[in-house]
Amino acid sequence: MKIKLSLILFSLLIPFLSNAQELEPEMADVFRNDGKIYVVISVISIIFLCLIGYLVYLDIKLRKLEKRN
Amino acid sequence: MIKWWKILAALLIFYTLVWGMLGSVPRLNILHETIRNVYYHVPIWFAMLFLMGYSVVHAVKYLSGNNFTSDIISDQAAQTGLFFAVPGLLTGSMWAKFTWGTWWTFQDPKLNGVAIAVLIYLAYFILRSSIDDELKRARISAVYNIFAFVMMFVFIMILPRLTDSLHPGNGGNPAFGKYDLDSNMRLVFYPAVIGWVLLSLWILDIKKRMALLAHIQNEN
Repeated sequence: MKIKLSLILFSLLIPFLSNAQELEPEMADVFRNDGKIYVVISVISIIFLCLIGYLVYLDIKLRKLEKRN
Repeated sequence: MIKWWKILAALLIFYTLVWGMLGSVPRLNILHETIRNVYYHVPIWFAMLFLMGYSVVHAVKYLSGNNFTSDIISDQAAQTGLFFAVPGLLTGSMWAKFTWGTWWTFQDPKLNGVAIAVLIYLAYFILRSSIDDELKRARISAVYNIFAFVMMFVFIMILPRLTDSLHPGNGGNPAFGKYDLDSNMRLVFYPAVIGWVLLSLWILDIKKRMALLAHIQNEN
């Protein structure tokens, strides 16, 4: 009975053991995939978010001016 | 705080900026990946056309109601529209360089039409600034605005379709007929058009409120 239990426990470990041998060291590969297009997308996104932020800022500032009048 | 359609504009454009790069596009010769410019170059022009339409509607409104606010909106919409023509022209020129092989060609009816339309609207602002009397300025520029819009429509939308043009959607071809086949592109292109039109309205909204404030302060 004891041997059976330890066998089952060992068999649960097998996937982890085999994985550890096959995997390469983990690196931040996502941003280097597909010809680094993700870098371009992140740059465009930053520029666009800055522009929208500026528009929101202008909008709020204008509202304050309108209230004063 | 910020109106819902302004947030919608930002979300729609943000979606098209990201998905316009990642989504799948048809593999075509000459165009290659530059077909993605459809998501960015074309909606800019749609926004410009929309603002010019907005401008002419308020010009007619002024003539029928003599409400000074309509004149201010009409002026500001034309200004914002002309502003959108600048990135439209620049991106078109850039795209042309790498697909047609030239920055600009004076043989092409679409390009000539756009150049003439921009000049017609520049004349609108010169006309406005040359009249001191406010009522006269509002009335004359409203009449000219109607003329300008009709001429722009003829030069951009009608004349290029009557002859051959390098530009897609001309020379007897229905616009976007080619792209409409690709439903993946439609999923990005239509939101992009709505998004950029709404964003142009946002910029117009800020400019309009600024002009109205200045107008009120001038009266006091």
